[in-house]
Amino acid sequence: MKAILTLLTAGLLLAKLQAAGGQEQTLNLPKSIEAGSAFSIEHSGGGEGTLYIIGPSQVLKRDVKAEGAVYFPARSLYDAGHYIVILTQASGTKSGSFDVAPISAPDKLSFFANPSRLPIGVKNGITGAVYVFDAYGNLITAPTAVSFELTSPTGGIQKDHATTSIGRAWTEMDSTSQQGSGKFVAQVGELKSERIIRQVPGDPCTLKMNAQQAGQQVQLQTEPVRDCSGNAIPDGTIVTFTETYAGGQSTVDVPLKRDVAQVKLPLHSGAKFTVASGVVLGNQIGWQK
Amino acid sequence: MKMLRRSAIAGVWFAMASGLVTAQPAVQVDASQVQGPRQLEEQTKTAAIRGYLKSWQSMSGAFEQNRIDLLDADFVGAAKEKMADTIGEQIKLGIQTRYQDRSHHIQFVFYSPEGLSIELIDQVEYDVQIIDHGKPISTVPTSARYIVVMTPSETQWSVRVMQADSPGNRSTGI
Repeated sequence: MKAILTLLTAGLLLAKLQAAGGQEQTLNLPKSIEAGSAFSIEHSGGGEGTLYIIGPSQVLKRDVKAEGAVYFPARSLYDAGHYIVILTQASGTKSGSFDVAPISAPDKLSFFANPSRLPIGVKNGITGAVYVFDAYGNLITAPTAVSFELTSPTGGIQKDHATTSIGRAWTEMDSTSQQGSGKFVAQVGELKSERIIRQVPGDPCTLKMNAQQAGQQVQLQTEPVRDCSGNAIPDGTIVTFTETYAGGQSTVDVPLKRDVAQVKLPLHSGAKFTVASGVVLGNQIGWQK
Repeated sequence: MKMLRRSAIAGVWFAMASGLVTAQPAVQVDASQVQGPRQLEEQTKTAAIRGYLKSWQSMSGAFEQNRIDLLDADFVGAAKEKMADTIGEQIKLGIQTRYQDRSHHIQFVFYSPEGLSIELIDQVEYDVQIIDHGKPISTVPTSARYIVVMTPSETQWSVRVMQADSPGNRSTGI
């Protein structure tokens, strides 16, 4: 009985001593906050110390009093991510962590569009990927509606809609049938990002030449060269004229000038003339002197 | 999204090739859920992983030594700017931090159609040590899911966005 009483007394004394020495050290953290919002971290026990909030995108350090709450006003912590919190006091160290989430309002788009120049009429020839960021440059990972729009030089519009997945969305579109500059736009709400896509004529659709004698030569001239949508092929595009005759062949490369190419070749009896540009073969003309 | 292209599962364990004395993290890679119309070629995948793992080394060195220049090789754009700001803050506060990655579970989730960006998520286990005016304060083991966007630079894939994700913010299925 005496031994039990001694033990009880010793236990009570120890409890009293612990109470006098200080409370249990606690650290209450928010689980998650929105970027840029005000928050507080409560702590008790352990005396004065230092509070660290550590992440790759931001670090904060505050002196803390014996107990209470440390207030962080709005815009103290604005980079989304995972933060480690460490409270060091004379009695020891306590740690925890919390997350900072992006705000949901988009503020900036990062729009990758490719290519900047391509032939007309290419199916899925234009691609775009967009990443959506908030005002603090955080990638907004919550699903967000994005619209894509490609405007042709004549005002025709192709549209596509997507919802972001982990901050990004993408699309593919056909180049239009008209040459010229097209606007490629990614839009989230009122927020837009625009790229210019230059669409140039494709290969010649058909190639036709005429021949006319000019003294001892033959003048060959193409009809205006167009692509299959009727767009003029750019000046400088090479047209190849070939003359084949008994015992020989002559080939001349001529750049298009104002939609046509022309050349004079020596006249040989029984010669055959052909014309080509790229992979497109034109008509053939036989000539008898 | 128009289509989901699944490439073969590549559950590959990589050993980081580096001359550092520090322990190498275990790395697991999964490229079975890449979205986008463009095929993620093996060489591209390997180059992106190499660049990403190297960026952890650069980040660790930069934060430990408070040297912004160590970020130059592996970070670009917003990621580099934010980390450079953090190092500036660390210098002002007299602290250093040491990030030691222990394991990565990298999942490729997007290869943009024009080939100009790769997005991956990484469930990473790492330790963070805080040193205040030369005195080690604490080392905290932690785990976080990072969302990473990489873009090609002159000779490698560089990190443009590196952001830990909140569990409540995650899309379903990822």
